[in-house]
Amino acid sequence: MTTTRLEKRFAALKDEDRRALVTFVTAGDPDLETSLEILTGLPGAGADIIELGMPFSDPMADGPAIQASSLRALNGGQNMIKTLAMVTSFRETDKETPIVLMGYYNPIYIYGVDRFLVDAKKAGVDGLIVVDLPPECDDELCIPSLAAGINFIRLATPTTDDKRLPAVLNNTSGFVYYVSITGITGTAAPDSGKVRQSVERIKRHTGLPVAVGFGVKTPEQARSLSQCADGVVVGSAFVDIVKNSLDSDGKATSDTAPKVLELVSALADGVRGTNIEAAE
Amino acid sequence: MSESVPNSYRNGPDERGHFGIYGGRFVAETLMPLILDLEQAYKDAKEDPSFQAEIDHLNTHYSGRPSPLYHAERLSDYFGGAQIWFKRDELNHTGSHKINNCIGQIQLAMRMGKKRIIAETGAGQHGVAVATVCARFGLPCVVYMGATDIERQKPNVFRMRLLGAEIKPVTSGTGTLKDAMNDALRDWVSNVDDTFYIIGTAAGPHPYPEMVRNFQAVIGTEARQQIQELAGKLPDALVACIGGGSNAIGLFHPFLDDKDVKIFGVEAGGHGIESGEHAASLNGGQPGVLHGNRTYLLQNEDGQINDAHSISAGLDYPGIGPEHSWLKDTGRVEYVSITDSEALDAFQLCTQQEGIIPALEPAHALAYVAKLAPTMKKDEIILMNLCGRGDKDVFAVAEHLGVEM
Repeated sequence: MTTTRLEKRFAALKDEDRRALVTFVTAGDPDLETSLEILTGLPGAGADIIELGMPFSDPMADGPAIQASSLRALNGGQNMIKTLAMVTSFRETDKETPIVLMGYYNPIYIYGVDRFLVDAKKAGVDGLIVVDLPPECDDELCIPSLAAGINFIRLATPTTDDKRLPAVLNNTSGFVYYVSITGITGTAAPDSGKVRQSVERIKRHTGLPVAVGFGVKTPEQARSLSQCADGVVVGSAFVDIVKNSLDSDGKATSDTAPKVLELVSALADGVRGTNIEAAE
Repeated sequence: MSESVPNSYRNGPDERGHFGIYGGRFVAETLMPLILDLEQAYKDAKEDPSFQAEIDHLNTHYSGRPSPLYHAERLSDYFGGAQIWFKRDELNHTGSHKINNCIGQIQLAMRMGKKRIIAETGAGQHGVAVATVCARFGLPCVVYMGATDIERQKPNVFRMRLLGAEIKPVTSGTGTLKDAMNDALRDWVSNVDDTFYIIGTAAGPHPYPEMVRNFQAVIGTEARQQIQELAGKLPDALVACIGGGSNAIGLFHPFLDDKDVKIFGVEAGGHGIESGEHAASLNGGQPGVLHGNRTYLLQNEDGQINDAHSISAGLDYPGIGPEHSWLKDTGRVEYVSITDSEALDAFQLCTQQEGIIPALEPAHALAYVAKLAPTMKKDEIILMNLCGRGDKDVFAVAEHLGVEM
């Protein structure tokens, strides 16, 4: 596989001795136009890598905030074709920032795996995270993705023990997403001491960068977690901001995109602050 | 038929939990180690004679098995064709077949040293059965139930509370069975160390479809022996209702290789398949991936899951056990559907003709028997699973009939 945007981005960050801020937003939440405004604003606000959620009606591993954001997007008419079109639009102005599509398998399965990979590659998608495809299901999408030149990023969790870790890391590419809690997105806050140990454990098995997510909400948490990993993933916190910015009819307001991007900036400062502190 | 005829229909699933292309283990990584543990524990338990002996003992003395096989003579005369026999699983302790599975799974949970039980429920029959075995074995029990279902199944909600279960109302999605299953899975992901998830139907990630089927196969194993003793031959047709499909697979499985036995699964047709408001995944859905398995699902062209509709909360699920999907594609079982109003008619007919108030779920099966029996000869036999009693449904039925109570 040629070097992907993800690999280039992590290599560049390493050269700068900087950690990645990975931001998750749901495609089409609360509507296509606002969502695209957020998406295109993310790199300027300090996002190093973008995870774009493919909405699904039944996101079993996600908390209420992300489920609600998926439903807002779906009710607004979002679908896979529109999500891929958002990536195409984004690529018109940004050729560098990696985009990882994140979601569940069924919408991809129904779109058709081969067709999906062709269209995703063409749109400028760099990686996939598919929550309900563990390594036992690699032949479904993981191996075809790698063949299509798209990174397949796997989740490792606190329940992934040393015996299982090699199976999880096998065929993983781009980076490893460490789920810092046993639970659903946006609930408990991770304990940075435990996370540090877990990341070290994963790094004994792989040379890939490790990003940590699930439960990160504030710049302080982002700063503290960025000290023990190569990147920090934030999702539910943005989705909450979208929700709180809506008017009484559930429509986007002039606040929606700016407020999300404001938090991205604050988190980026948090993540970058790590190194200032370390240098002091 | 998309596949060649297998030597046996009873060998599934394969080691990875597949029935043809269906089944599998599509779960988040957090759950995968737990699923593998469960699979190993179930394998070990199957090889330990004391495990089955304990289940047999509880089935006999706690649940009241074997359930009778009953010749419904008046209904047979009324339909004027085949002889109708009911497998009376509504006479089990707790009033449905659900207890068969719960006795098995709670034994396994205790072998694994789990301290807390969670479950999802639709009609509340599974929830009641889980709450019952938790009370019996002294384990705390949390039942996820859609807010809509809590409203239409009040007697079962109160029954579960009496049994000591904590009911968690689910308001996400449409507040029905699929959403309850999402929330139960979320609970499991959050409480991985001490919690055992008792899934109520023969669906979900491997090994659940196989395990639930095996616990429910006691229905078919008994029925196969009973009908030969009582009628001197195997039945000509089997009929059972299908939501997730556990009572049906329990009845069907021991008969799958009896090639002269026709088998019919009856889905909930709601307001009719053409109305779009139904719960007939096999007749009105297409294969997809949800809740840990590949199976037929009600979904739109973007792969988003559609809401199911049925008068019966127990059939109101947009998916189906993966083994049924395979049995449909291989053509071994014929899947048909019955509307809400046809089921309501059958509910009343059974009550009036046989003095048995059936649950609305098997009333769907009976409504199909009403169509099938007149096409068959008088010396032919239809064996139907009467998988639940209707006490829980009398309020809902009264409302549909416009009766104030």
